[in-house]
Amino acid sequence: MTQLPTHTEKKLGLVIDLDTCVGCHACVVSCKGWNTENYGAPLSDQQPYGAEPVGTFLNRVHSYEVQPETGFAQTIHFPKSCLHCEDAPCVTVCPTGASYKRVEDGIVLVNESDCIGCGLCAWACPYGAREMDLAEGVMKKCTLCVDRIYNENLPEEDREPACVRTCPSNARHFGDLADKDSKVSKLVAERGGFDLMPEQGTKPVNKYLPPRPKDEEIDILAPFLEPIAAEPTGFLGWLDRTLEKI
Amino acid sequence: MHPAPSIIFFTVFSGLGFGLLTFLGFGKPDVSGFTAFVFFAVAYALAVSGLIASSFHLGNPQRALKAFTQWRSSWLSREACLSVAALVIMGLYAIGVVFFNTRIAPLGLLGAALSLATVFATAMIYGQLKTVPRWNHWTTPLLFLGYALTGGAFLAGQTSIALPLLLLLGVGQLAAWMIGDGQFAKAGSTIETATGLGNIGKVRMFEAPHSSKNYLMTEMVHQVGRKHRHTLRIFGILCLSLTPFILLSAFQFSHMLALAAVLLHIIGAVTIRWLFFAEAEHTVGLYYDKR
Repeated sequence: MTQLPTHTEKKLGLVIDLDTCVGCHACVVSCKGWNTENYGAPLSDQQPYGAEPVGTFLNRVHSYEVQPETGFAQTIHFPKSCLHCEDAPCVTVCPTGASYKRVEDGIVLVNESDCIGCGLCAWACPYGAREMDLAEGVMKKCTLCVDRIYNENLPEEDREPACVRTCPSNARHFGDLADKDSKVSKLVAERGGFDLMPEQGTKPVNKYLPPRPKDEEIDILAPFLEPIAAEPTGFLGWLDRTLEKI
Repeated sequence: MHPAPSIIFFTVFSGLGFGLLTFLGFGKPDVSGFTAFVFFAVAYALAVSGLIASSFHLGNPQRALKAFTQWRSSWLSREACLSVAALVIMGLYAIGVVFFNTRIAPLGLLGAALSLATVFATAMIYGQLKTVPRWNHWTTPLLFLGYALTGGAFLAGQTSIALPLLLLLGVGQLAAWMIGDGQFAKAGSTIETATGLGNIGKVRMFEAPHSSKNYLMTEMVHQVGRKHRHTLRIFGILCLSLTPFILLSAFQFSHMLALAAVLLHIIGAVTIRWLFFAEAEHTVGLYYDKR
C-alpha cells in the first residue's frame, strides 16, 4: 500500500559524517557487492568495459569544493543514498503499491515483483536516490541492508548496512533515530546533524554531520621557518645584482 | 527532464481523444449512425493509442494491471482507473448513439466529466512533483485541460467554440512559460541546500561520483535542445494557436482548410509538449551542479 504510515515504531537510518569521509568510495563498492549478490534483482551494468559504462548503484559519492568568503577552499566528499524520508514522496506516487514504508522500522522498500518500472518514484525523489535497473526494468534503491541488519546467520558485528560495516574512516553510522538515547541520535545532537533540502518537506531520517571548522594555524612550526634575510647577500646577492643589470 | 517520445505521444494524443469524447458526451456534434461511429472511432483510437504508447516506457508492462490498485494516493493510478471508467461509460453511451439513435444524456455527461477528470489526473502526475518546480503549479492541470478541450472542439468540428479556445490556450501557454521560468528559483533549492554546505561558502562540483552518465542524468538532467527554446516556443505558439486561428477565422470554411488547421495545431501541441519536458529542471541536477 502506497499510503504512508502515520507513525513508525523505529526510524532506522544513517548518519553520515562529512568531516571524516575521505571519499574512498569503499561504501559504493561494498553496497554494489552486497546488493548484487543478495536481496532482489542484481544491480546490473551496461557495457561495463565499453566506451560508456553505466550501471545501477544505490550509493554514490559526490565530491564538492566549498569556497568560504575568506581563506582556502575545502574539498568535501559527500556520500548519498536513500534518506528513508518520513514523508517519502516516492512512496505515495507509486501506482502499483510496489513502493512502501515499513511501519516497524521506517525503511522504504520496493517490492520488485509488483514494480512496473514506470520510473515515477525516481522523478518524485528530490535526491536521486532511486535508480532503474536497465536489465530488470525494476526500480532499485537502498534497503538499508534489510537482509543484513536482522540476519541472525551473520555474526553480530556484521548486522549493519554493508556501507557502514566497510567504511574505513567511520564516516557512516547506523541506528534508530527515533530513540533519543541511541548513539546516532546523540551524534546528531552533539554535532548539529542536518537534513538535505529541508525545503522539499520530505523529512529525511538520514542526517548529515557538518565538516568541523578548519584550524586557523595550519602548522605550529611555520613561524620558525620565516626567511632570515629578505635580500640575498654574498655570492647569490652578487649574482642577483648582476643578472638585474643585464 | 528527458522528453521520451512515448510520453509526449501519450499525453498529446490521449488528451485529444478524451477532449473529443468530452464534446461527444455533450452531444456536440449531435450525430448518430455511421457519422457518430466515425467520431467515436477517432476519439477511441486517439485515447487508446495514447494509453498504449504510455506503456512503452514501462520496464515491466506485463504487470500494468497492478497500476489500478493505488488510487487512494497515486495520481498515476487514478489516471488509469479514470481512463478505463471514461472509456467504458462513453462506450455504453456510444452504443446508444450509433446503433439505436438514442442519446442517453446523463450517461454522456458522466462520460464527459470522467474524460476531463482523466486529463486532469494525467496533468497531476506532473503537477504533483515538488521536485520539478516548473510543473508544480496550477497552470499545469489548467493547460492540460485547455489542450484537451481546444483539440477536442477542433476534432468535433465545433469551430465557434474552438476559435476563442485557440486564443485562450495561446495566452495561457505564454503565461505558463512566464511563470514557469521563475519557478525553480522560487522553490529555493540550490546546490547549497542540496548539500547543506551553504553555511561554509559557495559550493561547486569538484568531482562527479561516476565517470559517465547514469540513469539519473539521462532521465532527469536532460539539457539537450534547451538552447533552441525561444525558437521552439515561437514556432509552437504559431502552429498551436495563431495560424489555425487565422486559417479558420479569415478564410471561407472548407474541410481541407480545417484539416490543415488541425494538423498545425497538433504539430504545435507536440512541439510544446516536448518543451514541457525538455525545459523542466529536476532538483537532482543540483547534486551534479547542473540544472
